Amino acid sequence: MPGLVEVLEAHGETTLVVDTPRLLEAARHLRDELGFDFLSDIAATDYLGWDSKDVSGYIGTPAGRDLNKPSTQGHQRLPRPKARRFSLSYHLLGMREGAPRVRLQAWVDDGEPVQSLVSVWPTADWHEREAWDLMGIRFDGHPNHRRILMDDDWEGHPLRKDYPIGGEPVRFSGEE
Amino acid sequence: MALAPERPRIYEGSRIPSPIPSVLELSNALRSSQDVLTVNFGPNHPSTHGVLRLVVDLHGEEVVGLAAVVGYLHTGFEKNMEQKSWWKAITYAPRIDYVSFQNNELVFVLAVEKLLQIDVPPRATWMRMLLAELNRIHSHLVWLGTAALELGAISMFWYCFRERDRILDLFELVAGFRMHTRYFQVGGLAEDIPPGFFDECAKFVELMPHAIDDYESLVDRNQIWLERTQGIGLLSRADAIALGQSGPVLRGSGVDWDLRRAQPYLAYDQVDFRVPVYQEGDVYARYRVRMEEMRESVRIVDQALRRLPGGAWIADDRKVVLPPREELHTSMESLIHHFKIVTEGFSVPEGEVYVTVESPRGELGCYVVSDGGPRPWRVKFRAPSFVALEATATCMRQALVADLIAIVGSLDTVMGEVDR
Repeated sequence: MPGLVEVLEAHGETTLVVDTPRLLEAARHLRDELGFDFLSDIAATDYLGWDSKDVSGYIGTPAGRDLNKPSTQGHQRLPRPKARRFSLSYHLLGMREGAPRVRLQAWVDDGEPVQSLVSVWPTADWHEREAWDLMGIRFDGHPNHRRILMDDDWEGHPLRKDYPIGGEPVRFSGEE
Repeated sequence: MALAPERPRIYEGSRIPSPIPSVLELSNALRSSQDVLTVNFGPNHPSTHGVLRLVVDLHGEEVVGLAAVVGYLHTGFEKNMEQKSWWKAITYAPRIDYVSFQNNELVFVLAVEKLLQIDVPPRATWMRMLLAELNRIHSHLVWLGTAALELGAISMFWYCFRERDRILDLFELVAGFRMHTRYFQVGGLAEDIPPGFFDECAKFVELMPHAIDDYESLVDRNQIWLERTQGIGLLSRADAIALGQSGPVLRGSGVDWDLRRAQPYLAYDQVDFRVPVYQEGDVYARYRVRMEEMRESVRIVDQALRRLPGGAWIADDRKVVLPPREELHTSMESLIHHFKIVTEGFSVPEGEVYVTVESPRGELGCYVVSDGGPRPWRVKFRAPSFVALEATATCMRQALVADLIAIVGSLDTVMGEVDR
């Protein structure tokens, strides 16, 4: 497969990590040669602060569990570090006997563009717009690269880990 | 009675608009003709199933341009779930799709269980299947009632909601809530099934097929219904797959694909049911698929009622599952476990999983990432309604403005799920 970096097997699921600049090539190969004709979902994940403290999704200390201190059940061990900040997981399905599924994964840093897969699977259109809107990942070659769930003039990307909860400024009448 | 109009053949090639697959763009000739009226359909219109906005270009009665605008109901479910312990996050899942709540609850619970590698007792598995199928009937009833209402069949709405209420009564009997039951717990069920449920559910199983007969006798040969649904909103087999369509929309386009059979989960490989498929790819085909699915769901509920195994209803894993209530007064360890699970929550091993189920709307997926802590790192739902709306532009080719309502209705979108 073009651009293949790593194959991971876990929980009965196969993850194919590919070199980000060769994503489009890999996607075409998966669709045309390996028969994954159905793109189920694109899930973007922000790994900012993945193995450190004080981010959402984390309770506990890096040292692990200490029964004498409350709220330290957390990690029995630190999670495996990630090479880059964002992962993009394309969940593919082959519509045939056995329903084979595979996760095509590409890793990007903040501001780094990814090739759009709208030309391979038209359904990627809205999924990519959602990843841009909520995670701030840019897609090169997307025909309609706009926000989808938030307003067009929205600032920031809400599902990023550094976007605060309750981050929407509240305006009161009479305020400038 | 006049004969129904001949149904147009499903088209050759692709009708997906280019370059933007989800936007039907106005042709240049029409744009310069100054004869086109641009209308905002929604976001607050009773026929848009919530807050969907369609920007429609009309040339007379004909729809010549269309773009769907979503996001009015975005509430940040996925962000919120990252702040909650695994245990508390379950309550968020059913609220995403407030019509097929139990299927959403199920997919999230299944994903967490896959990460935990916890075994669920068979009684819980069968009960989950039973409730998921009742929920499918519930969802299709809401769809049938509202979709028919939009096409002028008001009485249909009352009949559908009469049976829907009986299903909600059953949910109340089991879980104490009519909607958003939160009855599925990681490891099994929140409580054992109350004894009165079986009799009441058996009554429903007996009643429901006759109710479906009634619905069909109201609309199946109704000339207005046929003319407004047959040959409208065409979507070919290849286009449906390319646009990621699933569920009744996909099966109405002639693709024989149902996750319950293709990759059986729960106990679907042990029950007998048929997957209805129609080749025409129009609004009527989607309607037929849903009607027959209701009959099949009743059959599955019936089989589950008869074969529901006894025994434990939740796994015996004290690090994940709440200890039995009566032990709290006598056992120190149980009290500690209860306290820890309720306050901190249980930890889930590091990893990522993607779990899919066949919800009433199609392939419902849940992607979950855990960093090994007591809260999810990332939860992402693959919402079938979100994907279904991408097909509006393709279905709406050569449609009239009155068809627009029938077509959007036939895609069966729930905006809570679209916007999350």
